[in-house]
Amino acid sequence: MANVRIPTPLRKLTLGQDLVTVPAATIGELISNLEAKHPGLRERLLDDKGQVRRFVNIFVGEEDIRFQKGLDTPLGEHSEVSIVPAIAGG
Amino acid sequence: MANFQSYLREIKSRIAETTVDEIRQKPPQVLIDVREGEENQEGYIPGSDWIPRGKLEQRIEDAVPDRAADIVLYCAGGNRSALAARTLGELGYTQVRSLAGGFGAWKKAGLPIDKPFVFTDAQKARYARHTMLPEVGEVGQARLLRSRVLLVGAGGLGSPSGLYLGAAGIGTIGIVDDDVVDASNLQRQVLHNMTRIGVPKVDSAKQTLSDLNPDVQVIPHRVRLNSENVLDILNGYDLVVDGADNFQTRYLLNDAALMLKKPVVHASIFRFEGQITTFLPFDGPCYRCLYPEPPPAGMAPSCNEAGVLGVLPGVIGVLQATEAVKILLGIGQTLSGRLLIYDALAAKFRELKLRRDPGCVVCSDPKKPIQLIDYEAFCNI
Repeated sequence: MANVRIPTPLRKLTLGQDLVTVPAATIGELISNLEAKHPGLRERLLDDKGQVRRFVNIFVGEEDIRFQKGLDTPLGEHSEVSIVPAIAGG
Repeated sequence: MANFQSYLREIKSRIAETTVDEIRQKPPQVLIDVREGEENQEGYIPGSDWIPRGKLEQRIEDAVPDRAADIVLYCAGGNRSALAARTLGELGYTQVRSLAGGFGAWKKAGLPIDKPFVFTDAQKARYARHTMLPEVGEVGQARLLRSRVLLVGAGGLGSPSGLYLGAAGIGTIGIVDDDVVDASNLQRQVLHNMTRIGVPKVDSAKQTLSDLNPDVQVIPHRVRLNSENVLDILNGYDLVVDGADNFQTRYLLNDAALMLKKPVVHASIFRFEGQITTFLPFDGPCYRCLYPEPPPAGMAPSCNEAGVLGVLPGVIGVLQATEAVKILLGIGQTLSGRLLIYDALAAKFRELKLRRDPGCVVCSDPKKPIQLIDYEAFCNI
């Protein structure tokens, strides 16, 4: 089970919800389960090759999964996952 | 009964002395001028702090908390500093030396001296709440007045950061923006006002900042940054505050700032959410360590959903100004390696760890040349 913080630009895919709870043991699994619940999210997070897009970061707790085990980064019972896309507004 | 000379001899026999040659070869961790104000104003040894002997006991703990720090004290000729060294010894400082011959010996050796910034009465009054902070002091305020900061964007983020940097007495503020003031800007861009609609934002900003603080020299750059002009513009500044409104500028700025080794205080906003961090070149992560590539046009949120709560850039821009002032003063902890995210609706700050990417295309190898890229224009959010 993980609590996923949905960033503002993706909230229209989650019907405005900023926090979504999804069962998953890894980030890869979490994205599949998120897609099942909120179709369209996967495409915003992963590219054609199934890799995390280069302008999106996914954090488990405070740590960026790019510096952990990528999509295989394990999730605990109460992991907090943050999706942080690049935004440019000023 | 001891007379002054015998007393001084007695003190000097109990403290350590050093020479001009020694401190030139191996500068001490802390060098303190203990002379009076008017003597310091005439010139001092470059890199030294100034604490007059009469305030030394009172101020030393704030100035040098580490009792084991390697400290050298100097006065005009080496007597007052010897007495001061003894006092610091009594306060528990273990590595204090007095400069034999003092400032006189330094000057006689033909070595360079610095002159302090001389504050006018108006400046003394204006910056009093800064200079009374030991972490800032007159030395720090003088540093701010000599600093040069480049604001990229005179919009939502640039407005609050510009106002506070101007108020803080940043001596030179450059502003890059090619846009003109529009009525729809005034909901958040507090540098501008009704009388400036249609006026270039750089000119409007210059007017506002000059009215606020005559000490600030504002340099308008009414251009859009590109690979041709970015290095020339950045070159004259100590630090960049990135409040751009588009990805092209942000990536270009990151790469150019790395080439010139300038720190960038970075922030961006979207609707109710802001992100802020500090990029210290080749020391902490850079923008591309965080987001290696900009999103393609189709993936960026579309323009018509790019509203923003007007006060949000106020919060984030003021945090940027805070970072900039701290970096210029060399105090506190920066946001380097930390991404601070503010969610205005939840009224929550979250902090995430950022790391230098060992595979970063621009900053993983400082020797690798950086090629500036003009990304194609796409929807600005």
